[in-house]
Amino acid sequence: MAVLEVKNMGKSYGTLEVLQKIDFSLEKGESLAIIGSSGSGKTTLLRCLNFLEKPDKGSIMVNNEVIFDALDPTTQRESEVRKKRLHFGLVFQNFNLFPQYTVLKNVTLAAELLAKERSDYKQGKKAIMNEIEDRAKRLLAQVGLSDKLDNYPHMISGGQQQRVAIARALALEPDILCFDEPTSALDPELTGEVLKVIRNLADENTTMIIVTHEMDFARDVADRVIFMDEGVIVEQGSPQEVFDNPREERTKQFLYRYKKDKDHSL
Amino acid sequence: MDQVFVIVNRLSESFLLNCRLFALTLLFSLPLGLLISFGSMSRFYPLRWLMRTLVWVVRGSPLMLQLMIIFYGPGLLSLSYTWPAGDTGRFVAATVAFVINYACYFSEIFRGGIESIPRGQYEAGLVLGMTKSQIFFKVTLLQVIKRILPPVGNEVITLVKDTSLARIIANKEIIMMAGEYSSKGLIWPLFATGIYFLVFVGVLTIMLDWLEKKLGYFRT
Ligand SMILES: Nc1ncnc2c1ncn2[C@@H]1O[C@H](COP(=O)(O)OP(=O)(O)OP(=O)(O)O)[C@@H](O)[C@H]1O
Ligand SMILES: [Mg+2]
Repeated sequence: MAVLEVKNMGKSYGTLEVLQKIDFSLEKGESLAIIGSSGSGKTTLLRCLNFLEKPDKGSIMVNNEVIFDALDPTTQRESEVRKKRLHFGLVFQNFNLFPQYTVLKNVTLAAELLAKERSDYKQGKKAIMNEIEDRAKRLLAQVGLSDKLDNYPHMISGGQQQRVAIARALALEPDILCFDEPTSALDPELTGEVLKVIRNLADENTTMIIVTHEMDFARDVADRVIFMDEGVIVEQGSPQEVFDNPREERTKQFLYRYKKDKDHSL
Repeated sequence: MDQVFVIVNRLSESFLLNCRLFALTLLFSLPLGLLISFGSMSRFYPLRWLMRTLVWVVRGSPLMLQLMIIFYGPGLLSLSYTWPAGDTGRFVAATVAFVINYACYFSEIFRGGIESIPRGQYEAGLVLGMTKSQIFFKVTLLQVIKRILPPVGNEVITLVKDTSLARIIANKEIIMMAGEYSSKGLIWPLFATGIYFLVFVGVLTIMLDWLEKKLGYFRT
């Protein structure tokens, strides 16, 4: 069953069509890599899914429920957007941790605030808070940061900050976790630790969309790959199909350029 | 010796007026400044325009003039409301003028501080299902406070000394008192007033430094 179905999504800034006719779906447990050159609309696509931008066209379905339809205003009520966002998690390129909170608090904060809206919050406050904290500690252990719980973000490395950000997103148990170039703000020697965490998540069948410039990683980890160019999905398929036997000329050129750059840097 | 004691006593009493004006101005102008800063960032154009015009007018004209207009204005324009008679009226009018004036300065500092927080912080909050007010109070506010502490500290210190302007509408503040002695040929009370201000500002500086250290545990 598809967790996510995006149909005919389009988004323009003024006259610039940043996304056009975006169609794809995602199965539960699947990880999808989105590749494409700079400015092709990858970030915009993730932002639309997370309701940070509003698409002009198309629809988004999660678990067979239409959560957004550009033609149906009842799906766009401001009051419901907040709840709908929780279907998705988003890990930003530059982490965006909250600097005034410890690593642990960064992970628990949103869950604690949401818990206050629960009807049983007053009676079960203590138990609920303990549960949230335990889960956060488990997640931080999972990303290898058990010894950093009480550190503030500026005390830890970029790679560690990004791993906290991943734990923070996981804490709300999103249906689909999105990554926007999670390693491109990192020094090369720090990308490995973050990619390893994402790889582990993929092994545990976390449903994910990963925008990345790390082609080897995408080929390795993704179940499916989308190549975007100038706001359209040019090609999608298994990593073997897209990387080894691309059908479209634009895909071939992109991969060729990528390969050449990489050979140069070696 | 007796005379010195009497004069110091009277100077201290009049400095109390400066202190009261200082405290009341801070108490009201900080929250009012926050409201004005929200107004001046509003997406509702007329409100934004109104607030920015207010800030321009208030920052663009002398506080001394504002004091006079606010105190004498209602009477001269024969409005139905005038200030209560005597010292109370003078003091309330001065407080109102100071609050409006400082609120406008603070609002610009707040606006700059709020706008300087990276948008990513706000978006991270949204993506985690927080409401706008949760994001403001739980995520943004402390970062803003940390950033604006130095310029706010500057304003606060300026305010201490500005309180003396209240004399223009005949509030018996400390410099006015000392001035009365100097016109009788006694110069040291004027120097003494300087010490009052120096001590007050010294204590404030220590408090501001302490706050800055308190907020030093994180970096924005
Ligand atoms: N808020 C905006 N206003 C106007 N144009 C925008 C805005 N955001 C993005 N764009 C434009 O939309 C296009 C797609 O941008 P987007 O950030 O989605 O690309 P991207 O594929 O993520 O690129 P990169 O690999 O560099 O991150 C670009 O041409 C960009 O200039
Ligand atoms: Mg991008």
